[in-house]
Amino acid sequence: MKEARSAMAVAFGLAAFFASATANAQADASEKEIERYRAMINDPMANPGYLAVDRGEGLWSLKRGEKNVSLETCDLGEGAGKLEGAFSKLPRYFADTNKVMDLEQRLLHCMTSIQGLDTKDVIARRFGGPGRESDMEALVAFIGNKSNGMKYQAQTKHPMEQENIALGEALFNRRGGQMDFACSTCHAVEGKRIRLQALPDLSKPGKQAQETLGGWPTYRVSQSQTRTMQHRLWDCYRQQRHPAPEYASDGLTALSAYMVKMADGGEINVPSIKR
Amino acid sequence: MKKIVLFTAALLLATQAQAQQKIDAGKVDQVFNQMFAKATPEWQARVKQDETQKICSETNNEPPAAEFDKIVAREKASVVYPADGKFLGDWKAGRNVAQRGTGGQFSDAAGTFQGGNCYACHQLSKAELSFGNLGPSLNGYGKDRKYDPVEAKNAYGKIYNAQSVQACSTMPRFGHAKFLTEQQIKDVVAYLFDPESPVNK
Repeated sequence: MKEARSAMAVAFGLAAFFASATANAQADASEKEIERYRAMINDPMANPGYLAVDRGEGLWSLKRGEKNVSLETCDLGEGAGKLEGAFSKLPRYFADTNKVMDLEQRLLHCMTSIQGLDTKDVIARRFGGPGRESDMEALVAFIGNKSNGMKYQAQTKHPMEQENIALGEALFNRRGGQMDFACSTCHAVEGKRIRLQALPDLSKPGKQAQETLGGWPTYRVSQSQTRTMQHRLWDCYRQQRHPAPEYASDGLTALSAYMVKMADGGEINVPSIKR
Repeated sequence: MKKIVLFTAALLLATQAQAQQKIDAGKVDQVFNQMFAKATPEWQARVKQDETQKICSETNNEPPAAEFDKIVAREKASVVYPADGKFLGDWKAGRNVAQRGTGGQFSDAAGTFQGGNCYACHQLSKAELSFGNLGPSLNGYGKDRKYDPVEAKNAYGKIYNAQSVQACSTMPRFGHAKFLTEQQIKDVVAYLFDPESPVNK
C-alpha cells in the first residue's frame, strides 16, 4: 500500500514535471521565434524605429516657437548641442534647473526656455497613434541613437542624483491600488513569467536590467510605434491598476534613474525592436 | 579563516546598506502624489496606501515578526464569509474568472468584466499551457486536499484576502478590494474544489 502510494506520488510528480516542461518548452519556442524575428528585423534598414530617428533629427534642427530657433543649442548634460553619449548619462542633475531630469523633461525644458515653444501641443501628442505623430518619441529615438555602442553611466556624483535613485527604488517597491501591486511585484525575481511572458528582474544590478534598459526606446511591433520609457512606465502603471502617471513627472524620472542605475554598464542599442 | 571571510562579508554588507541612501517616506508620497495629481479623486483614493501596503512597501514585503502577526490579524478580521455558509459556486463560471484579466485599468471602459486573472501567476488546469509562475501551481488543488470543506473555506479566505494567511503576500486581496464579488470568489473556489473541474483532472 505504502509502495503503491509512493509510486503514485512519483507518477504525480512526473506528470507535474512534464506539464511544466511542456509549458516551458512552449515558452522557449515562442521566445526563440520572437528572437529570430527580432534578429531578422533588427537592422537599421528594416527597423521602422529608424524612421522616428530620422524624424527626430529633423525636429532637432527645426526652427519653431516664439523665438523661431532650433533645439541645437539645448544642453543635454554634455554641453550645448552635444548629442554623442548624452543619453547614456541621463537622468542627471542640471544646475540651471537645480533638479535631476530625464531626456523628456530636459527636452521640454529646452523647448520652453530656448524656443519659447508652448509645449501643450507637443505633450498632447506625447504618444504616437493612428494619425498622430509624436515629436517626443522621435526626438528621444534620435538622441538615444547617438549613444549607440556606448554604455550606461548612471550618474551618482551629485547628492540629488543619489537621492533620486533612492526615491526611484522606493517608488519601485511602493505597493498600492486595488491589486496591491508595485513594480517589484513582477520585476524583482528572476525566472518568472506572466502567462508565457518572461519578466526581467530589474531590482538588482546586472544583465537583465542592462539588456532591458539597453533596448529602450524601442519600436513596438504590436503598437506600430516607437516608444520610450515614459510610455513603458505609463503602461506598467496601467497594468498595476494605478491611474495614468503624469507625462515627464519627477516620479517617472526617479524610476528611470533607479533602473539606469541597475543597468549601469549595459550597452545601448536603440531604437531596438520589441513585440 | 571561514569566520574571517564571514565577518568581512557581513562588514561589506553593512557598508553597502549604509551607502544606500534612506529616503524619507513623506518625500516618496509627495513625488508619488504629484505623479498622479491630475487623476480623478476616485482614482486618487484608490492609490492612497493603507497601513498594510505601507508596511509591506517599506520592508520589501518582509515585515518583522510582530508586524507580520499584526497584519495577519488585521486582514483576517476583514474577511467576510458568505452568509449562506456555502463556499462552492459554479466551476465553469470560476474558470472564466481565472482566465480573464480585464478590469480595473484606466484604459477599461466602465462596466468592464473584472477577472481574477489567476492564470497570469498560477498553473491550474493542465490543459491550459499559458500560465505564469509568480505563484505556485494549483493543479489538483481540491483533489490533493480530498475535497475537504474546511480547506474550501480556507481557500475562500485566501482569495478574499491573501494577507489574512501570509502578510505581504504578493497576491491581490480580491474580496477585500471588492475587485471580485462574493459569487465570483465562490466560483473560483468551485474551480479549485469541484471534482469535475479540469483543475482536478
